[in-house]
Amino acid sequence: MSLRVRSCRAHSGCVLVVNEVNTEPEGRANMPKTSYSKPSVGATGKTGSWRTFDPVINYKECSKCRTCWLYCPEAVITLEDDGTPHIDYDYCKGCGICAQVCPRKCIDMVRKGTRDEEDEE
Amino acid sequence: MKTELMSANYAAARAVVSARVEVVAAYPITPATTVPEQIALLSEKGIYKGEFIRVESEHSAMFACIGASSTGARAFTATSSNGLLLMDEALHWASAARLPIVLANINRSVSPSWNIHVSHDDSMSKRDTGWIQFYVSSVDEFYHTIIQAFKLAEDERVLMPTMVNADGFVLSHTVSRYDYLEPEEVDKFLQPYSPPHWVMDPENPVAHGNIVFPEHYQEFRYSMHEGTKNALDVYLEIEAEYKKLFGKYFGGPIECYKCDDADYIMTSQGTIGAEARDAIDQLRKDGYKVGSARIRMYRPFPIDHIRDLAKGKKAIASFDRSVSYGFGGPVANDIRASLYATDIRPLIKSYIGGLGGRDITVPDIKEILLDLIKHEESGEAGPEETWHDLR
Repeated sequence: MSLRVRSCRAHSGCVLVVNEVNTEPEGRANMPKTSYSKPSVGATGKTGSWRTFDPVINYKECSKCRTCWLYCPEAVITLEDDGTPHIDYDYCKGCGICAQVCPRKCIDMVRKGTRDEEDEE
Repeated sequence: MKTELMSANYAAARAVVSARVEVVAAYPITPATTVPEQIALLSEKGIYKGEFIRVESEHSAMFACIGASSTGARAFTATSSNGLLLMDEALHWASAARLPIVLANINRSVSPSWNIHVSHDDSMSKRDTGWIQFYVSSVDEFYHTIIQAFKLAEDERVLMPTMVNADGFVLSHTVSRYDYLEPEEVDKFLQPYSPPHWVMDPENPVAHGNIVFPEHYQEFRYSMHEGTKNALDVYLEIEAEYKKLFGKYFGGPIECYKCDDADYIMTSQGTIGAEARDAIDQLRKDGYKVGSARIRMYRPFPIDHIRDLAKGKKAIASFDRSVSYGFGGPVANDIRASLYATDIRPLIKSYIGGLGGRDITVPDIKEILLDLIKHEESGEAGPEETWHDLR
């Protein structure tokens, strides 16, 4: 079986990490001396579930200035070639920094469950 | 090997050269200051070949050592008293990251009241940080124990950082003879450090200090406890090898002086244990069957050695140069606890004194042993703890 020593992105936007340790037989004898982990995605599950408010980009107003992309502490905003931003709602924790820094104020923080998610995502 | 005259601090700086330390990060504090000062001088002369990082605090010093050790470098620092206390967070970090850093702590009383002289309360308060602790009684022992400490800390069965304590001023600023080993000689004993676990390497990135959930955290702590306990047997091996190679031996976890046939023992840490020999000789001349046991290794606590020592003895005086406020002498408490599960029941009296650098000389040690004998013979245990020379 496999023992997972997990990490998360709760602090300062670090990369999601996971360490797989083979345990045969099961138990601490095969654990590493101390916890460390190798870069990977999604080890602690989808941290987007922690969100209370969803950032919603008004693409009609968006000037593709990339400020939100630059400031996002979780690096969950990706850009198309032309600079159009997209938010990864699987991992966005809803901190609202993008909405704060947006020069055109075209990102709204909308209480989760009150918007039509199909439309925007 | 060549014999030199030097203070303990200057000798510690030489131990850093002999052990081929790769990174030193240190911040000055009396009485440890002359350790990094000498290393800086040796660095300027090209004798010390590692990095010397000047930092803005002891907290930074230990974290710089943590960074260095994380890359697989052999790291060292020195401090005293409040400097050691400022390192506290980093001390826990170093041990839990299993980084074999060696720290020379020059024991100094903690302020306030401001005092630069020796007490052991600085290092005793770091008992539970996960650092192996030694207390030494001579310049020669300090130098060689630092070299041994690297081998012990870096052993895969141990992998815990190690603190070597020396009494401030009594050793740090007192010139005495010691035997210096060239790095080429020490190479026979101490191989380059190669981390058997995670290492900070840009080619193969890992994260450390990451979250560990309740289902695994406890096991990492158990592993630290195991590593620390292993240090006892590993140290016995290391000492045997060191003795064979260089003819140096300082007595194991507990150095005993005339303990075998003694009825009464005084235990102590640091230089008092050296002073005690003269007191033992004088009391022996007067017909008292006394001995001195100098506890060199405080963590892991040498429980079995304590039990062997206490077997058949009438009484033990444990002398602590520190106090656990509200519960007496820390080592006395450990000795009592070590014996509770056995049927070994000598009278154990706790003596506290020598704080703030107050001298403990031969007459003091005789007075303590005679007080112990008086209580044992009268059958009156007396107070659980006695503050020696309390004015």
